[in-house]
Amino acid sequence: MAETMKDITSPRRPDGPGSGDGGPAVEMSGIYKSFSGVPVLRGVDFEVRAGEVHALAGGNGAGKSTLMKILQGVYAMDAGEIRINGERVRLSSIHDARAAGVGMVFQEFSLVPTLTVAQNVFLAAEPMGPLGMINDREAVRRTREEFAGMHVEVDVTARVQDLSTAYWQLTEIAKALAQDARILIMDEPTASLAKHETEALFELVERLKARGIAIIYISHRMEEVYRIADRITILRDGGRLFTKSLKEVTREEIVEGIVGQKIEGELEYKERAPRDTREVLLEARGINAGRRVRDVSFQLHKGEILGLAGLMGSGRTELARILFGVDKFDSGEVLLHGRRVDVGNPREAAAVGIALIPEDRREQGLVLDHSVRDNLLLPLLSRLKAGPLISDRRGNELARSLIQRFSVKVANMANPVRVLSGGNQQKVVIAKWLGTEPEVLIMDEPTAGVDIGTKSEILDMIRNLADEGKGVIVISSEYPELLAVSDRVVVLKDGAVLTVLDRSDIPDEESLQLAVQGV
Amino acid sequence: MATSTVTPSETTAGRRGRLARVDWHRYVIYIGFVVVFLFFAVLLRDQGFLSANNLLNILRQTATITVIAVAMTFVIACAEIDLSVGSVAGLSSVVAAIALSHWGLLAGIIGGLAVGLVVGAINGGLVATLGIPSFLVTLGMLGIASGVAQWVTASAPQPILNDAFNLVFGSGNIGPIPGLIVWSALFVVVGHVALTKTRYGREVLATGGNRTAANFTGINTKRIKFQVLLISAVVASIAGLLYAGRLQSGRFQWGTGDELSAIAAVILGGTSLFGGSASVIGTLFGALLIGLINNGLILAGLESSQQQVVRGAIIILAVALARKK
Repeated sequence: MAETMKDITSPRRPDGPGSGDGGPAVEMSGIYKSFSGVPVLRGVDFEVRAGEVHALAGGNGAGKSTLMKILQGVYAMDAGEIRINGERVRLSSIHDARAAGVGMVFQEFSLVPTLTVAQNVFLAAEPMGPLGMINDREAVRRTREEFAGMHVEVDVTARVQDLSTAYWQLTEIAKALAQDARILIMDEPTASLAKHETEALFELVERLKARGIAIIYISHRMEEVYRIADRITILRDGGRLFTKSLKEVTREEIVEGIVGQKIEGELEYKERAPRDTREVLLEARGINAGRRVRDVSFQLHKGEILGLAGLMGSGRTELARILFGVDKFDSGEVLLHGRRVDVGNPREAAAVGIALIPEDRREQGLVLDHSVRDNLLLPLLSRLKAGPLISDRRGNELARSLIQRFSVKVANMANPVRVLSGGNQQKVVIAKWLGTEPEVLIMDEPTAGVDIGTKSEILDMIRNLADEGKGVIVISSEYPELLAVSDRVVVLKDGAVLTVLDRSDIPDEESLQLAVQGV
Repeated sequence: MATSTVTPSETTAGRRGRLARVDWHRYVIYIGFVVVFLFFAVLLRDQGFLSANNLLNILRQTATITVIAVAMTFVIACAEIDLSVGSVAGLSSVVAAIALSHWGLLAGIIGGLAVGLVVGAINGGLVATLGIPSFLVTLGMLGIASGVAQWVTASAPQPILNDAFNLVFGSGNIGPIPGLIVWSALFVVVGHVALTKTRYGREVLATGGNRTAANFTGINTKRIKFQVLLISAVVASIAGLLYAGRLQSGRFQWGTGDELSAIAAVILGGTSLFGGSASVIGTLFGALLIGLINNGLILAGLESSQQQVVRGAIIILAVALARKK
């Protein structure tokens, strides 16, 4: 095996062909993998060409991440064959995969925050000087070179923890490239990027393509896939459904392939039962908070879904946090049922009937190591009191009913939330807060990182809540999703309300896009 | 272009960051050391604080703590902890003394080191393979090692009459320099170079800074965790030999409480208790600061009860000042 490794890795950086018509960089054929008897991959074939951006898609449990972990040498396959640049390889460790030229840009960043950019880029592959000492100067020089090649400017001697997350990602890419990766796996690379950062990333991807690097691109965001991918492979139930050029595949085909059945207009606006009252539920009047939120006023009616649109940094999240009492505001007032409420902290907000489903569920929404049941009951403990103690029986009943109502897929509610899929975790967060029966529900990016099937379930859930008479504020960067549920859309720019649009005033995604850009 | 769109705002932030990064928080240990030193130098000028003899004394008295704390720096950098070092030192001194009296010099040294190897292998093995938190494993080991040391000696001191041993381990001098100081200098230099200049040090920091990332980068973090705990125990057993040589006997009490002094020295020195960033030189000054305080308080005539209070307050103050934000 060692010889094979040498063979593949020695001809490094040939000036590869440009646009995805190169030879196959990766050929995985007939890959089988089971975990404790449960088959996850059943003979998957997957091929990526040099200089190609190849999207990999599939619902939760389709086998994407298992397939990629096999390519990275994390899991050993049960059967099958992997060829890299035509050479058959055995990837029995991360080391093997790296030596074979497979690099990975992780969804959850794989950097050491306390080390510098250069130290991270050359981690465990440090250039060595005499006497077995690390030559840090050389590492810094080569890291600068790598970033220059990517057309990115960054202080490579800064600690990673002092840089913004956009740079974390770039550092990961530099790290992979510094190790002569010819195949780059990108897992939801834009998940934590602002719009202009995403653009910069796409330009970088184009440059990498031109260098002949094969890119495997995993994303739930359809627009991105269309924007930068050349071909797409869809996995379903551990097998390959199809590989097609994006020029010849429709959005519906992809969605259907991922979900497994044709979903009729899953992202289309559904006219709901007419709102009987125009009763104002929540009103914000002239809210100011530093430079992030400026003179924001709006009304939320009973049974209404109000979309909050705006670019990253437009003040959407800040506004949500203020309404929920996480952050303070300088001036202005919040009225609930026409009466002024002062919520100084989330506990008071919950008491008056406002709930926030935060942007980052893993950080802010859940205690990952606690059971599904305990997570669900956390905001409800006061209701379960039997004297000074908490009634387990009532807790179990309540948790069970929430799980049922929000169709959380969990085998046993004593399982930790960590083991659930992203979509199910999100359902737990929603269920947890709805257990408090709030009147106003604020949802910040409710479907981020969730597969399409679960996404439409969550959107339906939002519609149902509004039908029950609750007021819902939805913040989302995905315009189709925003348009699918909102009755009205408040557009924010630089912390101020730019315009308020009725759903009927927005004919399509483009016009919302234009409104958000402030054109 | 990527550069033009992302960079401008970031460069200003970066510049500000660079200024902020030269923050005094990182150097608080050195500032604290100088301040305390000057304070005692002025306050205790008539009690002979500044005499060469007293200063050498401070170095000699902190030597074993320094040695233990250098290894502890690696343990904490790796986001682990070793509470057993003090009692390992005691057990090592006892085993060395017994082996020495029965089978001679070499057996004594090997016996002492064997204590570290065995304890370290158990600590490291339990933490790395079974995933038991090091806090618990080493807390248990603290009791076990101390208990064994009392048991085998029936709590009696074991005199060491071998002059060669005593000279090498702590009682002797190299020229005008006490051997103990040479020992601690050796550990500091090796530790500093290993941490900052070798791949091993980098892997330790990476394991402590983000274990998942380290794993995915191809670092065997289990092995790293095993090794730092093994090294820590072996170094503690060497500290035990130094106690035995300096005090010319093996006793289970030697090293009692050293784990806390060593941890305090490491944290004072700017190593993050959560792992990922560490400084051996900082640790040295942390240990020296503790030694300085002990010495100054004694010279100032405080009772041992008062010394403890002042020492505790200074440590909390220093750590609070060194805290980021």
